[in-house]
Amino acid sequence: MLTVKDLYASVEEKEILKGINLKVNPGEVHAIMGPNGSGKSTLASIIAGREGYSVTNGSVTFEGKDLLSMSPEDRAREGIFLAFQYPVEIPGISNATFLKTAVNEIRKYKGLEELDAMEFLALIREKMKIVGIDQTLFSRPVNHGFSGGEKKRNEIFQLAVLDPKLAILDETDSGLDIDALKIVANGVNVFKQQSKEKAVIVVTHYQRLLDYIVPDYVHVLYNGRIVKSGTKELALELEERGYDWIKEENNIPASTK
Amino acid sequence: MSTEIKTIEKMANTEYKYGFVTDIEADEAPKGLNEDIIRFISAKKGEPEWMTQWRLKAYRHWLTMKEPSWQNVKYSPIDYQDIVYYSAPKQKKKLNSMEEVDPKLVQTFDKLGIPLEEQKILAGVAVDAVFDSVSVATTYKEKLSELGIIFCSMSEAIKNHPDLVKKYLGSVVPYTDNFFASLNSAVFSDGSFIYIPKGVRCPMELSTYFRINAENTGQFERTLIIADEGAYVSYLEGCTAPMRDTNQLHAAVVELVALDNAQVKYSTVQNWYAGDVNGVGGIYNFVTKRGACRGKSSKISWTQVETGSAITWKYPSCILQGDNSIGEFYSVALTNNMQQADTGTKMIHIGKNTRSTIVSKGISAGRSQNSYRGLVKIGPKAEGARNFSQCDSLLLGDKCGAHTFPYLEVDNPTATVEHEATTSKIGEDQIFYLNQRGIKTEDAVNLIVNGYCKEVFKELPMEFAVEAQRLLSVSLEGSVG
Repeated sequence: MLTVKDLYASVEEKEILKGINLKVNPGEVHAIMGPNGSGKSTLASIIAGREGYSVTNGSVTFEGKDLLSMSPEDRAREGIFLAFQYPVEIPGISNATFLKTAVNEIRKYKGLEELDAMEFLALIREKMKIVGIDQTLFSRPVNHGFSGGEKKRNEIFQLAVLDPKLAILDETDSGLDIDALKIVANGVNVFKQQSKEKAVIVVTHYQRLLDYIVPDYVHVLYNGRIVKSGTKELALELEERGYDWIKEENNIPASTK
Repeated sequence: MSTEIKTIEKMANTEYKYGFVTDIEADEAPKGLNEDIIRFISAKKGEPEWMTQWRLKAYRHWLTMKEPSWQNVKYSPIDYQDIVYYSAPKQKKKLNSMEEVDPKLVQTFDKLGIPLEEQKILAGVAVDAVFDSVSVATTYKEKLSELGIIFCSMSEAIKNHPDLVKKYLGSVVPYTDNFFASLNSAVFSDGSFIYIPKGVRCPMELSTYFRINAENTGQFERTLIIADEGAYVSYLEGCTAPMRDTNQLHAAVVELVALDNAQVKYSTVQNWYAGDVNGVGGIYNFVTKRGACRGKSSKISWTQVETGSAITWKYPSCILQGDNSIGEFYSVALTNNMQQADTGTKMIHIGKNTRSTIVSKGISAGRSQNSYRGLVKIGPKAEGARNFSQCDSLLLGDKCGAHTFPYLEVDNPTATVEHEATTSKIGEDQIFYLNQRGIKTEDAVNLIVNGYCKEVFKELPMEFAVEAQRLLSVSLEGSVG
């Protein structure tokens, strides 16, 4: 589904990613872990198409298509969803207008008919239950004045409504209490269970979220490189031992890896 | 730098959608301005002597005045002797129906989507179309006249309703008012005249489309709307203009009068040609719009969506004379490329318990400069007067400017005046967020801008609101979105 090959990228001359290789197949859950500044969010951003990064080498393909040459909106329409670490506030646009536009843009791209207001509301009602979003939140401006927890729930709500193929959760767990964490995780699991094809990349700092969203693979990103891959046990090990031993193992400069 | 800026640049290259020139032989005055020209205009229009004299008085007063320079706009000096002050499409005889109208003219209206035709009439819009300077067709007049409503061109009103014109013309904006209003009083070509008799609620939105044609012809529209006691009228004004290389001066005057318990709602969608990316060839729009709430509990409401003109200088105002009268001003002013706008309102509270609301939304893109200038004046006798003002600015890109000049003069201690102002910028992170949900940048900017303008759009009559939204996105095509 998603193939990242030997990806090098930098921001303002500073190299952040130094040869990332990652393959995500349909139905898989991958966790990407690592200390602050290791490049996790950069990787998520580049996949989603955020500006300001220059890819200096390598490729990213999604279902065989070259992602890097695609506009961010086309990537979204192809089925990539990024749950933002910091969901953006957009005053003046209601969640309803925003989501209806998004749903219909994606449907148009797929050659499907646009939903009318009634059909859209029916879809919304069904999805609202999943993340416990209520009507008032839905009619408020996008993320405007939302609490941290509400913002994250709104991301997962959008995930449910837009129904992509691949969901990338960028530190969605940060700033959540345990109850909110469970709601978010449940939302992701519901998304996942809809079909065997749905894939998830969980970018996180902590093992905590992985108790609820169980990964098939865990990768440790350090200094712009995946330095260790394993199964969910690796996450537990990291939880126990911290990242220091990873850092020590990898203190020798790049070229040896 | 960002997608946003690139989009602005890309869109700036979009050609003005309504840029075409109608080839109709104009019946023009020679260039320049003097008393003979004024007599020529007046004679051409078959005006009575009192009107000619009024124009001449205005002209003589104008000669003593200086062009204002306090506004926050820049333009090269206007040569008032290099302007043609009268131009009319040739009309051989009085027209009784649309079939008799020059087909080229009708084509032009069609291109602009002007609802002069049957289907639009069915939609309930009576249209008094002003093409260049003379009204060429008026519809639905009969139905309105059954109710005693007068809706005609100013020229006709001067001939057929001289008493009303004499009583009200210049009563809100005197010919001595300001440089451009005086000029207009001297040379005004045509415009709309509306009179709603006592207790009549006008059953439809009245609308006029103005269109500048014929090169180097200044347009000097003059509109007068009177709502007698207990009357109600909603009036729509919309403009588009063809592409031009030389700047065109547009100095209109609009006067509204509301007597006891009367209401006038005046909505404008203004889309004069704004010039090219460098600002060459756009319209100078120097307009005096003022309403007098003369009667008790009367109400005047201005709603404007300003997207066009190279330079806009315009302050639709309300004089709240009657006790308990209400003035409202809702405005969206969008500037792009090299456009300059200095616009706002004046709310003059004279009567007791008068109330006013100002909601101004400025949007600046490209290298444009957008200024809000507003005055709230509470007179010594305006016991319990209240004003609420909200002035918001939205910046698209980092080369444009937004300015706010609110003036407050309060001479009564019982008055309440509130002012709120915000400035925001459409951020790259907002655009990316919307992109990531499958919405392309243009649509993302439109969504944000429309959301921002919602408070004003909801004041517009339904179909006008739709048009206004469309116009904003067309205008942002040349800018951001």
